[in-house]
Amino acid sequence: MPLLEVTELSKKFGGVHALTMVNLQVEKGEVHALIGPNGAGKTTLFNCISGFYRPERGSAVFKGRDITRTAPHKIPRLGIARTFQNLELFRNATVLDNIMLGRYMHKRASFFSEALFLSKAKNQEVEARRRVEEVIDFLDLQPYRDRVIAQLPFGTQKCVELARALALDPELILLDEPAAGLNSEETRDLCFWIEDIKEDLEITVLLVEHNMRVVNEVADRVTALDFGAVIAHGTPEEVQQHPDVIQAYLGEDDGAAASA
Amino acid sequence: MDTNYIRRRYLIAWISDAIKPRRDIVMFWQLFTSGMALGCVYALIALGFVLIYKATEVINFAQGEFMMVGAFVAFSLIHFAHVPFWITVVLTLLIMAAFGVLLDRLVMRFLVGEPAFSLVMFTIGLALFLRSVAGMIWSTDTFAFPSPVSGEAIQLGSVAIAPGDMLVVGATALLVLLLYLFFRFTNLGIALQATSQNQFAAYLMGINVEGMFSVVWALSAMVAAVAGILLAPTLFLHKDMGFIGLKAFPAAVLGGFGSIPGAIVGGLIIGISENLAGGFLLPWVKDIFAYLVLIAVLIVRPEGLFGIHEKKKV
Amino acid sequence: MKFKLKKSYMEDLKLFEYKSDMVGYGVLLVFLFIFPSWAGNYWTYNLTLAGIYCIAALGLNILTGYTGMISLGHAAFFAIGAYTVGYMTTILGHSFWIALPLAGFAAAFVGLSLVLPALRLSGIYLAIVTMGFGFIIDQVILEWPEVTGGANGLLINRPTLGPLSLNSDASYYYVVLVMVILFVLLTKNIVRTSMGRAFVAVRDSEVAAQSMGIPLAKVKTQAFTISGFYAGIAGGLFAPLINFIGPDNFTIIESINLIVMIIVGGLASIHGSIFGAIFITLLSEFIRVGKDALPAFLSQQVGFQGAVYGLIIMLFILFEPMGIYGRYLKIKYLFQVFPLYRKDTFRRERKFQKAQRTR
Ligand SMILES: Nc1ncnc2c1ncn2[C@@H]1O[C@H](COP(=O)(O)OP(=O)(O)O)[C@@H](O)[C@H]1O
Ligand SMILES: [Mg+2]
Repeated sequence: MPLLEVTELSKKFGGVHALTMVNLQVEKGEVHALIGPNGAGKTTLFNCISGFYRPERGSAVFKGRDITRTAPHKIPRLGIARTFQNLELFRNATVLDNIMLGRYMHKRASFFSEALFLSKAKNQEVEARRRVEEVIDFLDLQPYRDRVIAQLPFGTQKCVELARALALDPELILLDEPAAGLNSEETRDLCFWIEDIKEDLEITVLLVEHNMRVVNEVADRVTALDFGAVIAHGTPEEVQQHPDVIQAYLGEDDGAAASA
Repeated sequence: MDTNYIRRRYLIAWISDAIKPRRDIVMFWQLFTSGMALGCVYALIALGFVLIYKATEVINFAQGEFMMVGAFVAFSLIHFAHVPFWITVVLTLLIMAAFGVLLDRLVMRFLVGEPAFSLVMFTIGLALFLRSVAGMIWSTDTFAFPSPVSGEAIQLGSVAIAPGDMLVVGATALLVLLLYLFFRFTNLGIALQATSQNQFAAYLMGINVEGMFSVVWALSAMVAAVAGILLAPTLFLHKDMGFIGLKAFPAAVLGGFGSIPGAIVGGLIIGISENLAGGFLLPWVKDIFAYLVLIAVLIVRPEGLFGIHEKKKV
Repeated sequence: MKFKLKKSYMEDLKLFEYKSDMVGYGVLLVFLFIFPSWAGNYWTYNLTLAGIYCIAALGLNILTGYTGMISLGHAAFFAIGAYTVGYMTTILGHSFWIALPLAGFAAAFVGLSLVLPALRLSGIYLAIVTMGFGFIIDQVILEWPEVTGGANGLLINRPTLGPLSLNSDASYYYVVLVMVILFVLLTKNIVRTSMGRAFVAVRDSEVAAQSMGIPLAKVKTQAFTISGFYAGIAGGLFAPLINFIGPDNFTIIESINLIVMIIVGGLASIHGSIFGAIFITLLSEFIRVGKDALPAFLSQQVGFQGAVYGLIIMLFILFEPMGIYGRYLKIKYLFQVFPLYRKDTFRRERKFQKAQRTR
């Protein structure tokens, strides 16, 4: 049984069919890439999986459990973390606090324990901090610990968002265009991290990516979307040679050339 | 025991009183028409909020104080300088327009892009300031503002309509018509609309966005002045009359806080319904009825009656 | 520049980061403790009042500064606290020490009723609804004389503590002082644990907060009830201090006063709440002192105080949006890094709000 199975998912916005009958299977332990031109519906698919959008039909099943109608804040508790295409960080908080928020759902201490800062709350803070420091070490964020997000460069902000998602200790992580806006050095780091996330942390990865080099580098399997429908899936090579995929990307270029 | 009994009797009497079908049609229409006049004033103030909010994203808590200042300026012209009424109106509008432009140029301009919360607090500070300064200039007395119309109440069937109320409704209708024509057919009006919809695109189209901000402040100060001149004769003239602006908020929010027709309808709904509630339910409910309606509506429809729900895209 | 080598995560969780802080707060505490003995009744009374507003401002800062929900009707919670104590002690004859916690819980409970709209509304809509809530409570106070005394108000006596009478301003000062210290510690605990971080998360990005598993409804409810509780306790302490409460004590002006405290002091900051509460409470005293320096035609005006007040709000927002505490931090920083200060160090981040909208 796949870790995540999306079946016949459809989502409309007014007259726009953002997703039509999308099927997708993500196996445990793999890195699965989702590609497709802008507006293909990749982010919409993420939003449906993570509970922000309600699809009109179809289902998303995670570990045998239907999560299609689950509230967004319950999704991470089931083991799915995500990042956002347009950074969604807590901009006026420090890097440390941002990542510490990843530990929120693991908290056990009660309101009164926290309000009185009893030993249970204290231990919980120390424990959360220990886990957060592991993530900080993993992503080399040490120099930025006490910096406020709004003052950080874009690449570092993206890194913090990844760190925050990892601090949730998920089984599946959804990365929406993690390499967009990064320079080549940062992109290379990202590729290594994704490898490590898969190999060392044993977290399954589903990512949206435009950069084909990154996809070839990290992805085990690829699914291509165009106009809200799956047009191809398979290994990176298979998908890239698929005529519909070439057509979809070429078509986009044609359109761009024509309108220019 | 005793007080409890009385309280219960009181409650029962109140409920049966409240739900008993009223056959008092005359009273209904009486309250309806006077509520409409009050509603027009709310509508004009709400209109001022909406104009400013749509263009500059500032929620102007001082709109009621603009109205107060406008009314006092007009009063001073009539009372101390003995300027004829209609010339006073024109002069007041000009003075208030200058006031709006100056305010924008001197302060509001530096606050563009600040968080909404800061802007709200700034205009609250401005409201307090204007109110206190008005108290210094015009004292804290209550004045009678001369009404431009006089004479007997007009009898419509058995309903008597005060000529002042007629004037308020008529003037509001005229002003709204003028604004409609302005936004629809003049270049300036169209440029303003463009700025309100998308500042950046308007800027790229060569519209002087900053200039538009000034125009909008001027425009809404003028609308506020009209509201003040209309309200002062029917109610009173006092430095605290701007508090009535706080009741125009529910009107603007009901209307969706972004639509001019919405503000008008919202104002009328609030004015009429609170008057009816004051007359038919309990007198003291009148003062808070606007907020009761607002809370009830917002719980059901968070975007207001006419607003479009803007959900953030992720 | 101060530096401390931290060797365990516990050290970040300490109340005082440096030894010098601890000494500083110790001195402050001693100062506050001996204050009534030399300052006299008048200033003791005023500082007690400031302390009460500290508690309310801390609560409002949790709601507005940390969680980002604007309340323009906070005086209503304050009123509920004050009238709970008034009703319980004066009319029902219970002890103040039972009434005070109930005042907090009553306000927190009424705060719950605002949660329903608060969950669905944000920003300015919430501000207007809370403002309306303030008006409604104000009207209820007037129209429910059996409990509130209506327009006539209620007389409330200072409490006793066992055999001790707290009638003097100095003795009541100590009651409030202890409460302020407790509430500052409580606030500190709230903001340094996961609860406080969740508030900040909801303020900065609701979407991201949800994706961290933070239930928005629960966190916003928490913020509203906690904030209501603080205001209720503050109100409960306020009533016996001033001995007489009437509807005039709890108008929208009072709500604005509270908001101004946290703006002038500093949003999302404990120090800021305290600075702001003290500054605004004593402002009328400052104005009185400053008045003598101004020409009479200005200072003798009736509206002078209001005008200065309005001006202060505007000036703070124009020039010091981080409040007094922000200014304090900047000056401290300036000294610490003395020759290296750059003009841009504290540049404000501005957002053009149109760009943030979907449509
Ligand atoms: N909240 C929304 N409201 C309206 N239309 C939307 C919304 N979200 C996405 N869409 C539309 O759905 C389509 C797919 O968008 P998206 O999923 O963001 O594409 P991608 O991430 O593949 O670039 C686009 O046409 C977009 O305009
Ligand atoms: Mg996308």
